[in-house]
Amino acid sequence: MATLAISDAADGRRVLALSGRLDANSIRRVWAEGRQAIAAVPERRVVVDAANVDYCDGAGVALLVDLIAQRKAGDVQVANLAPKFEALLQQFEVQEVERDQDPPARRRSGIEEVGVLAAGVASDIRDQIVFVGETTAALGYALLHPSTVRWKDVWRICEQVGANALPIVALISFLLGVILAFQSAIPMRRFGAEIFVADLIGLAMLRELGPLMTAILLAGRSGAAFAAEIGTMTVNQEVDALTTMGLDPVRFLVTPRIIAALLMTPLLTLFADLISLLGGAMTLQSFSIPFVTFVHEVEAIVDYSDFMAGFVKSFVFAILIAGIGCLRGLQTAAGASAVGDATTRAVVSGIVLLVAVDGMFAFLYYLLDI
Amino acid sequence: MAMADKPTAATAAKEATDDAPIIRVRDLSVGYGGVALLEHVTFDVRRGEILVILGGSGSGKSTLLKHMIGLDEPIAGSVLIDGDDIVTATGDARRAILRRIGVMYQSGALFGSMTLAENVRLPLEEYTDLTSAEIELIARMKLSLVGLALFTGHLPAEVSGGMQKRAAIARAMALDPMILFLDEPSAGLDPITSAELDALIKRLSRNLGVTFVVVTHELPSIFSIADRVIMIDRRTKGIIAEGDPRKLRDESPDPWVRQFFNREATPVAA
Repeated sequence: MATLAISDAADGRRVLALSGRLDANSIRRVWAEGRQAIAAVPERRVVVDAANVDYCDGAGVALLVDLIAQRKAGDVQVANLAPKFEALLQQFEVQEVERDQDPPARRRSGIEEVGVLAAGVASDIRDQIVFVGETTAALGYALLHPSTVRWKDVWRICEQVGANALPIVALISFLLGVILAFQSAIPMRRFGAEIFVADLIGLAMLRELGPLMTAILLAGRSGAAFAAEIGTMTVNQEVDALTTMGLDPVRFLVTPRIIAALLMTPLLTLFADLISLLGGAMTLQSFSIPFVTFVHEVEAIVDYSDFMAGFVKSFVFAILIAGIGCLRGLQTAAGASAVGDATTRAVVSGIVLLVAVDGMFAFLYYLLDI
Repeated sequence: MAMADKPTAATAAKEATDDAPIIRVRDLSVGYGGVALLEHVTFDVRRGEILVILGGSGSGKSTLLKHMIGLDEPIAGSVLIDGDDIVTATGDARRAILRRIGVMYQSGALFGSMTLAENVRLPLEEYTDLTSAEIELIARMKLSLVGLALFTGHLPAEVSGGMQKRAAIARAMALDPMILFLDEPSAGLDPITSAELDALIKRLSRNLGVTFVVVTHELPSIFSIADRVIMIDRRTKGIIAEGDPRKLRDESPDPWVRQFFNREATPVAA
């Protein structure tokens, strides 16, 4: 344990006699006492007598440095420190370590923050436009030269995006069908109109909710995975390696993912439509509407154009999910937290884009009377 | 809060007088997936010694180091750190052992969301009861020791790989541990920084009695710092040479060991 004895020498100097073990676990008390003892005699010189110090590690040296730095050079001196500890103390320029030489940057003003934010948004929009151009070119090239596509990667990603997503898509779609049927059947029963719940589920799921919910699920699942995987590759300089090998990262990394998403998202949308109808049909059984009646009602109200209205959207959603996931991955900065940021941005901007594009489709279908 | 295992006067006295090895590795077999890389490895590390672990690429040096610091469970054997087995220790006992060691990983392994100073501050904040200002000063001094006084507020991503490595050494030294494990400390550093690091290792060893276990390939560093080396080999799955590096270079009966220290390529048939 470290101890501190304070005395005053005959020549007027204050003597701080340190003894014991000076390490991080034992110096807390003597550090505060030492500073107070020096502050109490501002006009007098101080000697820190370390003759009885048994051990002094990095933390102990920090204590000595701090005591020396309490006054201008020469006013506080350390005496009788064992040579092996003195060597550690001599490693430091007191004035240099006492002052933070790399202070935090000045905080930006509100106006600067707005400017930086606006510049960031503009830069992001420019990146997205460039990316759309590069991706379109890469997809066009893949269409004209299918043998250049890395099909092995495409099938692997298809499994990840499609087959592995079936359980979660089934769960959410089934629950959506059940909830939609149940919540609408209760008020409609008051009017004896439960049968029209089948119409509602059929139209809502096939035109809107089936494609949109599937796309949102894929944005959270596969879009995030694309961003994390490509982001980690960016951090590990694997993307740089592709570039220096003369391979286009967009063709190598983005094209297979967009093709896989284009193949799988419509299939998952169909699957989600069917499962949600099944959930609705099962719920309506408890309202005395048989399964056959439900099917006939859906067949009567939902026509081919309703189905296609939803199905076509799923292709556009696929490009959005895969594209934004890959873009955010390629934009990843350095460090582990950057991968997390890229993933978050992929999911958030993916969902925002999906909702916006879905709104555009609704407007377009209204104009085209579909 | 400070840990319960604070060094006492008795332990301090023990440090000064005890000649017992600070690390005892006994019959250690390590590997992955049931396949042994090293079998029945036994050696000691003496208090205050700088021990360098050597071997060819893929010989299991870093694996051995990971087992010595308790990151991986060995197939068999024990690693006694100052008398306590890190292999079997759990809970507070394990925490007390880990408090006595510092580790610098090959990649630096700094926390990317923290500045260099915050990385060094972290163990001090967790293990000591010093004030924030006192911890700040210690962190600055540790970073100053490795030549990073001007970069304390930088994030790891904002400095070079070599600087990250130096900051990782500062973090490993934050609590002034009894034993420092360094995995490839000089790799990627410029010759001047590398030489300064070697000098720092020797100074800490001589003045504070810190024990170093270093995995490195850098021959100048080995000859500069090593009190003793152990050389492991994948073919024999064990230690093939042990001792003073200069003697091994000049006198080892094993031609591969001499070839290693003399940095000679294996002759190829014409």
